[in-house]
Amino acid sequence: MAKRIDVSGLTAYYGSHKAIEDISMTVEPRSVTAFIGPSGCGKSTFLRTLNRMHEVTPGGRVEGKVLLDDEDLYGHGIDPVSVRREVGMVFQRPNPFPTMSIFDNVAAGLRLNGNFKKSELQDIVEKSLKGANLWNEVKDRLNKPGSGLSGGQQQRLCIARAIAVEPKVLLMDEPCSALDPISTLAIEDLIGELKERFTIVIVTHNMQQAARVSDRTAFFNLAAVGQPGKLIEIDDTERIFSNPSVQATEDYISGRFG
Amino acid sequence: MSTAAVTDKRPSTLRGASLPKWTPWAIAAGSIAVAVAIGLGTGLDSRIQWGLIAGLLFLLATYGVAARVEGRRQAKDRIATALVWVAFVLAVIPLASLIWATVERGVKVLDVYFLTHSMGVVADSEPGGGIYHAILGSLEQVGLATLIGAPIGILTAIYLVEYGRGNLARAVTFFVDVMTGIPSIVAGLFILSLMLMFDMQPFGFAGSLALAILMMPVVVRSTEEMLKLVPNELREASLALGVPKWRTILKIVVPTSIGGIITGVMLSVARIAGETAPVLLLVFGNPFINANPFEGAQASLPLYIYQQYSQSAGSQAAYDRAWAASLTLIAFVMILNLVARGIARWKAPKTGR
Repeated sequence: MAKRIDVSGLTAYYGSHKAIEDISMTVEPRSVTAFIGPSGCGKSTFLRTLNRMHEVTPGGRVEGKVLLDDEDLYGHGIDPVSVRREVGMVFQRPNPFPTMSIFDNVAAGLRLNGNFKKSELQDIVEKSLKGANLWNEVKDRLNKPGSGLSGGQQQRLCIARAIAVEPKVLLMDEPCSALDPISTLAIEDLIGELKERFTIVIVTHNMQQAARVSDRTAFFNLAAVGQPGKLIEIDDTERIFSNPSVQATEDYISGRFG
Repeated sequence: MSTAAVTDKRPSTLRGASLPKWTPWAIAAGSIAVAVAIGLGTGLDSRIQWGLIAGLLFLLATYGVAARVEGRRQAKDRIATALVWVAFVLAVIPLASLIWATVERGVKVLDVYFLTHSMGVVADSEPGGGIYHAILGSLEQVGLATLIGAPIGILTAIYLVEYGRGNLARAVTFFVDVMTGIPSIVAGLFILSLMLMFDMQPFGFAGSLALAILMMPVVVRSTEEMLKLVPNELREASLALGVPKWRTILKIVVPTSIGGIITGVMLSVARIAGETAPVLLLVFGNPFINANPFEGAQASLPLYIYQQYSQSAGSQAAYDRAWAASLTLIAFVMILNLVARGIARWKAPKTGR
């Protein structure tokens, strides 16, 4: 079910500004890959190129290849809408749909895509909420608005919403940066469970978090402000945090840089 | 001598002299009294002059008293507050007196008979008759105009916010701005020229077309603002679920802002409900009941008010009818506004737990 991502020579632009340059990496199925690096180095931009959300931004443009199990996402005739059904995304700030109840939020992806059976909907919502470790907290108030939940619950609701459409890959853009440590722990535990079923890529500013949840870690950096961000190295998380092969990575991880 | 006594005597740097809470009221009452005295003493007839003098005195006295007791900075604060209040009162007085005058004169002949009968057999200078034909005409013309103007306006706004890029969008925005400034009589003349080209007689729908032209830019502007308020994160969340853009707009963006969109439409309806000029040109007016907006002259409330005033040779009965029709029109607009607020509150995104 989970799929492998194979990126080669990927460059992304905002208008004429080159945001990331010549990135190549492989993300294994059923693993967690963490992206770390300073602000503005293009981690989020790179993440958004993996499900073609980058081009939603006006002026957004991509060169290079992203293979999802041998199929190029930027190939001729590929429908970005179908890509996003295979590669789901969770954002930095929890963003449940404010007009919808908790149930409708989780069901939104299926309902709006139109491919579901009514009888299955209840089961899928329950399964997704259980998958996001939220079921016990909300099972008595599924008809209440999703925006009434706490921040951590809202973020888990957004994860439930993303996994309800059964994507192959789940992208997470700093999913815990707006949350307190306890909610963060809940989400990290959840990531550990979700990697049995999905390929997960997570952007984080929290290096302990990267060390805790990920199997592999990629370090991004940029030469100077205004320069495009680059992938410095990607390796097993343990190795990156103990014995990285590039000096810049060690400097960043240990807090010595510049 | 204890230390406490010493600290008590030292002047606090945080606490300054301050005027009691009732000071603004006292100054207001005082300046009104002085203004009345000045008015009576110098023989000024106009109450407006009295009011303006009172307002001016209030501002000066506020500044003077506050500057003396509290210091310059607090005085500036107080005079800003006073200016806001004076401006507010100046704005409310005409509004309140307009409603008061309309209600006072309008209720004289406003009853069920007045609302359910036409002017068909009543001469304009005689008492009796009613506005049923005008209400019917107004509802039909405004309703048809809304059916045309609101969808076009909302779709234009959706184009501008969700799809519009580059020159076309800039051109559309520019022409919407230009349309906002079109005088209603010009919109009427535009449709009239079309009618003359096809050799048609006045009819209700022609008025609706002109009203729709007036309505569209208002709807576009208000809807645009409402759609811009929808956070981009919601659009992205929906797109990231693999929902196509058009469905995202239809199911996420528009429902999130539907309350504001409806309010905007209702306000523009209220605006065109009071338009007289294009109706005068295109619908012509009719003392009989004509329920068919596609054939023959119709009446409408603003037109009825104008005609009762201008074509009745100063008859008191006609003036009373004009005031009663004005009251009906104001009530109609007010009800629309209340409905719009109700819908906006009902449809607003819920935040409760």
